[in-house]
Amino acid sequence: MSDRAVMEMIAALVPAGARVLDLGCGTGELLAHLQAAKGCTGYGVELDDANVLACAQRGVNVIQLNLEEGLAIFEDQSFDVVLQLETLQNLRNTEAMLRETARVGRMGIVSFPNFAHWPNRLQVLAGRMPVTRVLPYQWYDTPNIRVGTYADFEVLARKCGLRVLDSFGVQNGRSVRLLPNLMASMAVFKFDRD
Amino acid sequence: MGSVGDVTPQRLLFDEALPLRSGARISDYELMVETYGRLNEDKSNAVLVCHALNASHHVAGTHAGVEKSEGWWDNLVGPGKPLDTDKFFVIGINNLGSCFGSTGPMHLNPETGRVYGADFPVVTVQDWVDAQARVLDRFGIRKLAAVLGGSLGGMQALDWSLRYPDRMGHCIAVATAPNLSAQNIAFNEVARRAIITDPEFHDGFFYEHGVLPRRGLRVARMIGHITYLSDDVMEEKFGRQMRSAELGYSTHDIEFQIESYLRYQGDKFSEYFDANTYLLITRALDYFDPAREHGGDLSRTFASANCKYLVVSFTTDWRFSPARSREIVKALLDNKRDVSYAEIDAPHGHDAFLLDDPRYHGVLRAYFERIATEFDPPLPSQPLTAQVAA
Repeated sequence: MSDRAVMEMIAALVPAGARVLDLGCGTGELLAHLQAAKGCTGYGVELDDANVLACAQRGVNVIQLNLEEGLAIFEDQSFDVVLQLETLQNLRNTEAMLRETARVGRMGIVSFPNFAHWPNRLQVLAGRMPVTRVLPYQWYDTPNIRVGTYADFEVLARKCGLRVLDSFGVQNGRSVRLLPNLMASMAVFKFDRD
Repeated sequence: MGSVGDVTPQRLLFDEALPLRSGARISDYELMVETYGRLNEDKSNAVLVCHALNASHHVAGTHAGVEKSEGWWDNLVGPGKPLDTDKFFVIGINNLGSCFGSTGPMHLNPETGRVYGADFPVVTVQDWVDAQARVLDRFGIRKLAAVLGGSLGGMQALDWSLRYPDRMGHCIAVATAPNLSAQNIAFNEVARRAIITDPEFHDGFFYEHGVLPRRGLRVARMIGHITYLSDDVMEEKFGRQMRSAELGYSTHDIEFQIESYLRYQGDKFSEYFDANTYLLITRALDYFDPAREHGGDLSRTFASANCKYLVVSFTTDWRFSPARSREIVKALLDNKRDVSYAEIDAPHGHDAFLLDDPRYHGVLRAYFERIATEFDPPLPSQPLTAQVAA
């Protein structure tokens, strides 16, 4: 979430005063912003030591946990909003995590790289795995063990019993609502449970 | 980063009787106390550091003229250190029943004129916390910036936050648990039996016989020490190293280096620690279980808390494993408390809380810096150079 514009865009989806759980919160930048700008409270969940330290330095509540081990520590519906920004694609148990997100939060917001963005399609057509700004890794060293598309997520959301409240693509810091599966490098979904 | 330098403990006398959880009372008791740094004008920068099993009020600095007398948390507490004495006024208190100067089993029982020995009342974590609260009253400190403790000290910090929630801003509980597991209690029981069955224990009145149950203390310490280290660290430090190349075919002599190390630790401990104190403290550990009064429901237990928390555990700590810390974190989350939790991937086992792992100290430093923004700086007489160096 280093891109300020994207951060503002996501923050705009979060109601003021919401109790927020940010899964894979990184350095806690978004949570700090939500606390300062929208009076939100809550916690970040992070595994990386350096990020945990950065959160502590920012004064953001952070819980050091491995998301692969699930969210058993959090009660059902105990958060207004659960954020999962650019983490889903790094997790082995994607579907389980998505279900957990919907269990713990009244609303979920996820973002992930959209593999169906047209430059990626071109690179695949040319016979190579795509390497772009949003997917900057070679196929053999990528932490993105789950590569999906905007359209794929709609299918998974349905399977998990989620109701998509809003969704759009993000490209160059702007939201893309026209053909997002083709035109955007990033996908954003806001959902709750059916 | 510097040391707080030479420090002198104070002895505080309390003549008002302290009611204990057991129903007993203790009057005319003394507590040994050390402080570091300066108390600011509105007395809002005080941090209480609670000690673990075999430590004391001597948290940081040195005792003048005594070699190797650094306090047990000297790597953490001092000018420019994570718990920065240029900003905070740090208090270490030796718990009641200890053998380091506070009233304990080695002292005279005013009611019998005899050394307390086994007659010293069983003390609990709550009793210690109540005694500590009186020390704060003596200093005129109404509200602590933080209470910090590791292991048994962490239990005291947790108890502070449950029973004196308005007297503290932050609770920092390191390498601790909401109660002991059956395995923990089992280790304590083996240690206690080693002491009690030592022929020189004399039912706890060994002082009168001019002897010490050193054998029992040695074994107790050896047992304890094994549980403080991780298997990996023990393997790395000692492995299967032998004292000599040839097998001695002896079951009495030291053959393996680990035996030598444990015997050394046991010998050292038995020279300075009191057997009755060891029994009392291990029992206080066994008894600690704040959820007991809430039907075992830890979430309900923490409903009374209202300070902010930092919980820290170490991945290789099998005595107080991260899972136990997560129980505390979960209870705090259930009550929507402000809590941060760091699970430090350190190799050292339970002992890690006393070592200066940079990730561990980094988190503590960041957290204390955050606390320091909540109160006014110490008195202007504070030397400015020290602050610049920090």
